[in-house]
Amino acid sequence: MLIVEVLVGALTLGGVYALIAMGLTLQYGVARIMNLAHGEVMVAAAFIVYALFSAGVVNPLVAFALALPLGFAFQWGLYKLLLAPLVRRAASPAALEVDSILATFGLLFIIEGLVLVAFGGSYHSYAFLGQAVQIGGTAVAANRLLAAGFAVVICVLVYAVLTYTRWGTAMRALANAPRFAHLVGIDPKSMAALAFALGGALVVGAGVLVSMFVPFSASQGVLFTMKALVIVILGGVGNIMGCLAAAVLLGFVETLVARFVDPGLTLAATFLIFLMVLLFRPRGLFGGRAVR
Amino acid sequence: MKSAMTDRLDKPALVVAAALVVMAVLPLTWRNDYALSFGINLLQFAVLATAWAMFSGPTRYISLATTAFYGVGAYTVAVLGEQLPWPMVLLTAVALGSLLAWGVGLATLRLSGVYFVIFTFGLAELVKQLVNWYEVNITKTSGRYVFLEITQQAIYWQLLALLALVLLTGWWLRRSRLGLALRVIGEDETAASHLGINITRTKVLLFVVSSGFMTLVGAVIAPRWTYIDPAIVFNPNVSFQVLIMALLGGPGHWLGPLAGVLPLTALFEFLSVNFPNYFSVLLGATFLVIVYLVPGGVMALLQRWTRTRAVTAASKEASKANATALPQGARAEAMR
Repeated sequence: MLIVEVLVGALTLGGVYALIAMGLTLQYGVARIMNLAHGEVMVAAAFIVYALFSAGVVNPLVAFALALPLGFAFQWGLYKLLLAPLVRRAASPAALEVDSILATFGLLFIIEGLVLVAFGGSYHSYAFLGQAVQIGGTAVAANRLLAAGFAVVICVLVYAVLTYTRWGTAMRALANAPRFAHLVGIDPKSMAALAFALGGALVVGAGVLVSMFVPFSASQGVLFTMKALVIVILGGVGNIMGCLAAAVLLGFVETLVARFVDPGLTLAATFLIFLMVLLFRPRGLFGGRAVR
Repeated sequence: MKSAMTDRLDKPALVVAAALVVMAVLPLTWRNDYALSFGINLLQFAVLATAWAMFSGPTRYISLATTAFYGVGAYTVAVLGEQLPWPMVLLTAVALGSLLAWGVGLATLRLSGVYFVIFTFGLAELVKQLVNWYEVNITKTSGRYVFLEITQQAIYWQLLALLALVLLTGWWLRRSRLGLALRVIGEDETAASHLGINITRTKVLLFVVSSGFMTLVGAVIAPRWTYIDPAIVFNPNVSFQVLIMALLGGPGHWLGPLAGVLPLTALFEFLSVNFPNYFSVLLGATFLVIVYLVPGGVMALLQRWTRTRAVTAASKEASKANATALPQGARAEAMR
């Protein structure tokens, strides 16, 4: 049935986008790093899982379990090594924004270049749980369902952590009032590093999930970053619930455009949404904090 | 004040004019294909980086979309090159590039810089996919041949003329009311709006002019390739290289980008010949070195670049005579 097909497609896509965009909103909203290499890290993770699975080293499910802590550690190191110096030398939030855009733009080319050297520019995929599952009379690939399920679980977990734990509350405080967070005993530096690493772990996890059900190529990172940025702005910077809603919305729009218009026009649809947001709701659908 | 400015700027202007004349005569006396090809590369980046800095220098908005306009120019030539006389082709290219820039500018330039960065970040990919989609679905082609009777030397001279034009525009801009308005906007947007400067219109206009030059470079250089497809002309490396060059040289001064173009064109040429597979990795690494380790040039520049966007930093700097001299002079002249 068409409805089930669209629904499953949209939710899978939306779930993965939600992970990537939540990662970005943590990095930009809390840690104040506008990370243009976000999608490249995701694509690199997908390729690493591809290489490991093809060599028979790990199962993608094990890889997913490993990806979250490893991604966290990697991105924490990245922040400490590459971005903390920029935070230290920044004279103002605007200066940090420019610096982080430039530094991560450089990083984008380095990661993409390394993936190109290792795997070439063509699309890659691997067969994992490709068998069909019947839902409401429609055949859906098991790997797609699995990815959607994992994405939903992680999203709920992250939302719960940010809403109900002390740690999450501190992050939201830092997102809302960066200059005053230290007054209530939050250490902005270590909290920013943790938020960046958590965001990074989410995008690495998303990379593993994406690799299970769609073909991927080295040059796709920019697209994922772009979509995540649009979702973050649509949902309001630092607004986790808005981010989830916007991700599902974009998942639906893309699935509908791909199904009924043309798969080649999905990026155009993303840009159209972005354009609408810029013209009518620059602070996001839910009117969050202004981006400055 | 005016005479002081003319004195300070005229000497470099004369040197640049002399250098342009020498470069124009050079291919007549020194016939060397490799040198000519290097010269074309150098000139294309010189125009692109100067045009980039013309907008991003005073406004401090980082544009990542150079290749979108460059590609639009090249594609216009691929489609119309054999159907229209050359000047008409170039005019059409400029019109298309300006239209695109106008739309992007209207949508993003009323908002803070980050929206503009994001929009331009994906713009080249968007235009590439749209052109690809159009070619595959409507015209049923996946690439085009450019067979035009334009020699490499002619491309070189056209680029040289473009460079002269873009430098002249930048030089004129610094003296015009528009340039003055831009400098006030760059220093303090609130003050600029209180002076009655239409901020968005000024920024959009400048973005259109800067993008028009980028489109022209793409159009002029298109006959150099005999075969064109969207992946070739919308290559993100072009945006990146231009950004690196302009930042190394410094977009604050009208001649700044040229200072970055010469060493980096040579470096990139060397890298692409010797390490073709690792080109984008090395490109990224070069850029990171510039962002992190060139303390005098780029870091001071970035601080100056972002200083006025933050109110706190601006008030701190306001005590320094250096920082206030420009907006005060600008204000006085703008109010006349």
